[in-house]
Amino acid sequence: MSTIVKGLYYAESHEWVKVEGEFGFVGITDYAQHALGNVVYVDLPEVDDDVTQGDEFGAVESVKAASDLISPVSGTVVEVNEKLNDKPQLINEDAFGNWIMKVKLSDPRELKALMDSEAYEAICE
Amino acid sequence: MKQYDKLIFELSKKGRMGYSLPENKLPEYSFKAIPVALQRSLETGLPEVSEPEVVRHYTNISNRNFGLDTGFYPLGSCTMKYNPKINEEIAALPAFTSLHPLQPAETAQGALEVYYNLSQSLAEIAGLAAFTLNPFAGAHGELAGLMIMKQYHMKRGDLKRTKVIVPNSAHGTNPASAMVCGMDVVEVQSTPEGTIDVEALKPLLDETIAGIMMTNPNTLGIFETEILEIAGLVHAAGGLLYYDGANLNPLLGQCRPGDMGFDIMHINLHKTFSTPHGGGGPGSGPVGVAQRLVEYLPNPQIKKEGDRYFFVNGKDAIGSVSGFAGNFGVMMRAYTYILSLGKENLRQVGELATLSANYIKESLKEYYELPIKGICKHEFVFDGLADKSTGVTTLDIAKRLLDHGYHAPTIYFPMLFHQSIMIEPTETESLETMDEFIEVMKKIAIEAIEDPQTVKTAPHTTPVRRLDETTAARKPILRYVDLLNDTPES
Amino acid sequence: MHNYFPQTDADIATMLQRVGIGSMDELFAEIPESVRLRKDYDLPSSLSETEIREFFAALGDKNKPLTCFAGAGAYDHYAPAVIAQILLRSEFYTSYTPYQPEIGQGTLQYIFEFQSMISGMTGMECTNASMYDGATATAEAMFMAVAQAKKKNKVLISATVHPNVRAVVDTYALFKGIEVSEIAEKNGVTDKADMEAQLAVGDVAGVIVSTPNFYGILEDYSGYSEAVHGSKALLIMHADPSALAVVKSPAEWGADIACGDGQPLGMPLNFGGPYVGYLSATKDLVRKLPGRIVGATHDVDGKRAFVLTLQAREQHIRREKANSNICSNQSLMALYVTIYMALMGPEGLKKVNELSYSGAHYLLDELVATGAFTPAFDQPFLKEFAVRTTLDVKKLQSKLIKKGMLGGIALGSYKKGMEDCLLFCVTEKRSKAQIDQLITIIKEEML
Repeated sequence: MSTIVKGLYYAESHEWVKVEGEFGFVGITDYAQHALGNVVYVDLPEVDDDVTQGDEFGAVESVKAASDLISPVSGTVVEVNEKLNDKPQLINEDAFGNWIMKVKLSDPRELKALMDSEAYEAICE
Repeated sequence: MKQYDKLIFELSKKGRMGYSLPENKLPEYSFKAIPVALQRSLETGLPEVSEPEVVRHYTNISNRNFGLDTGFYPLGSCTMKYNPKINEEIAALPAFTSLHPLQPAETAQGALEVYYNLSQSLAEIAGLAAFTLNPFAGAHGELAGLMIMKQYHMKRGDLKRTKVIVPNSAHGTNPASAMVCGMDVVEVQSTPEGTIDVEALKPLLDETIAGIMMTNPNTLGIFETEILEIAGLVHAAGGLLYYDGANLNPLLGQCRPGDMGFDIMHINLHKTFSTPHGGGGPGSGPVGVAQRLVEYLPNPQIKKEGDRYFFVNGKDAIGSVSGFAGNFGVMMRAYTYILSLGKENLRQVGELATLSANYIKESLKEYYELPIKGICKHEFVFDGLADKSTGVTTLDIAKRLLDHGYHAPTIYFPMLFHQSIMIEPTETESLETMDEFIEVMKKIAIEAIEDPQTVKTAPHTTPVRRLDETTAARKPILRYVDLLNDTPES
Repeated sequence: MHNYFPQTDADIATMLQRVGIGSMDELFAEIPESVRLRKDYDLPSSLSETEIREFFAALGDKNKPLTCFAGAGAYDHYAPAVIAQILLRSEFYTSYTPYQPEIGQGTLQYIFEFQSMISGMTGMECTNASMYDGATATAEAMFMAVAQAKKKNKVLISATVHPNVRAVVDTYALFKGIEVSEIAEKNGVTDKADMEAQLAVGDVAGVIVSTPNFYGILEDYSGYSEAVHGSKALLIMHADPSALAVVKSPAEWGADIACGDGQPLGMPLNFGGPYVGYLSATKDLVRKLPGRIVGATHDVDGKRAFVLTLQAREQHIRREKANSNICSNQSLMALYVTIYMALMGPEGLKKVNELSYSGAHYLLDELVATGAFTPAFDQPFLKEFAVRTTLDVKKLQSKLIKKGMLGGIALGSYKKGMEDCLLFCVTEKRSKAQIDQLITIIKEEML
């Protein structure tokens, strides 16, 4: 049974965004980490990369699967979670507590295209 | 036998040596003419071991390996047929192994004749005009073949044809080869019976399509009966048909890809033509083409004039895909195989391989879920156990087979099913071997219900048991020095 | 039935009955009749083993054995007797890729040893389980550089890299849509100023050089890695792994990727293959390395074991998103060079190079002494060197072949302006007597 956190924005491709001011923290959901199994590697974007809503920004790998990360927001990457380089298993341990990238949002209106926790819960069933 | 798990580095002791070299008769020459700045100062880390230790080490680790000569390899899509011993003897003849790849053609006529005759034999078997033997493996052949496809369109000035259609059941190399060739992949869906959905194909066939890649029989072991219609449609749309020869074995003696309308194909000599897999290679992936594509074959191209054989570089060739002219030693083996079987026996290969696959399928279909019924070709796919209630998976069954002295089948491929078990016996397994395998497969199916834990924790009798693949991927240790420095995580 | 087919008529009847059909033909009933093959192939009839032996003995007689003074990418080095015999252990050569690690530890372990040894020779931190050959390994190295650079799509390659390697790089680049630009050569070595000028544009993802280079020259790559890294590109070094026992390694030159062919590690010439490519890189690039990689781990009982790892990068999972389409390696050939390196050790390989060096330098001196040859370049070399000659290159080669010698490779077909040049190579297998004989024949030709 996977958990879902209220107050975040969700994408159909199972990424979440937590908005703080002009920044968005992006990670993958607990549902997604369950589906992947043991995460062995997170292909992080680079700081200063431009990301676009709906486009790939990295990948998450398990032993025998790889899943592209799709950015739920547009903007510029200002920080990446370097801890995931050494401990990719943090994604399995706490998917919502371990964001992957911090983005300076270029167009906060895009958030409207995302789901709230209730809508996301519905598609996970 | 005692357990042996040493690495060669762990036998090393300073001062030991395993080589035999002559004295330097020209001692006045030394490295001194090489500036120190160009000399190496880094240690190589190579071991220092004596000859008897090296022999025993590699003999001992060979005992931790399963090979075709050890037992049955029902590995789907891999055509693990017997590797004849005469092939090895012939491939080792010094009259061939001592040839330098750049020595003049007139001093290598025997070798060039082998290359030429093998390429001609493959062309006859494939129903195509000519073959290059330069590609090193199946995937390498796919790449060379797609380059030929792209070159054909480019030379005609038809530059918008950049897409290749690939069925969703295809080998993973198909879309990857298209990507490496700078082409875009368009997936075509399969019908519930596992064949290409012709209606789904039609709307994809526009003027941006370079061609389609197909395996026939496909990865489910099903013959694409609509092939003539598909060929007609693709050709009418201006595209070419590529045949992935991974599954050629059942068609030997039965039908030829060229006759079905395929324009380009590769053959895996290490599958259909009995050359050993060597633990992952060397293989060989010759590429054959229809007459109108011959000039695009990669360099060097083999030619014959009168009784003389030689290599040339063609002006319209795609270029070179290999440093020299391919894995010649593998060609020697395949040619020996074709001559050993001859036309009479080659035509039996497809029949016997197909009959064997159907025999195993029919014998086990009560115990394992058979999603696609009817006659298969050289291989077939089960979708896990018939009774999945105990949670025993395809992986568990595969691992339990190892305890019984069999290699596992191909598992979790094709991805059309969740619990794929793909079985291919080939024509070189006896009825007794197949019967024993069938009994073991039944026993495991019953054990999965009566004692699922034993199956889920298999294997139990192999040199090592299930491995921690997660840690291996999270913290890659890829060389001996990293192993020495590895400290267990707290 | 043929001796490779175990089925008797009774066995076939039993199988047909189980399948519920009356004849073999019914197995293929769904194949359209218009494409059924209703005749034998137009091929010879089956040959017995005795006939096979006679057939190939006769073919072998059409080849001419030659004493090899040629290199140019394929080197006639000594092979210890042990290797061929171990390679005939069918537990190794009849096995498949070790996808079932519990019964494939033999293969996995020697690949781990191969990776360790090649990493040691190149000085790099990681090496994959091997590539098809040195040329394709170099093309894959180019892909790695372009993938790493993300938005840059151009590589530079020195004119001193082997033309056959260059040809494969060009082919791969052309179809993938990568731009390849040549760095000019000057007196047999890479023109550093030309490289720097091209790097200055800022659009280069990788730079490919070689050691020793095509002419056998040991180039001085001082300052290269700084220049290349300064424009955020990767330095790719093609290297002869045998030579690396004594010459400065790619790691010491600051390379990011090392690649090349393992053939000089005692492998038979075999008319061009099978050989074994290798590809090594710094740790940062490990996820960009194509092909198979073996890693160390342990089993559920804590026993040390080896396994194919980092598989999520590969084509069978990534399909069209993979960086490469390679799905095999030259495993058995990797075993070959692993056993070779184990037997030779650091001292044996040094000795191989010392003997080759001595023979090659002696041959050059003797050639020059004839008065008909001059060194094509004044540069340091190891076992291979180019000379200009006043003799007719074609006639000289024919003469040597008549006397059972494969003299130097004519450079005219590779390089403009070098129609009067030959590329000679001497390995530790060539005795002083053989070299003297070569010189004697050349002197005869001069009369």
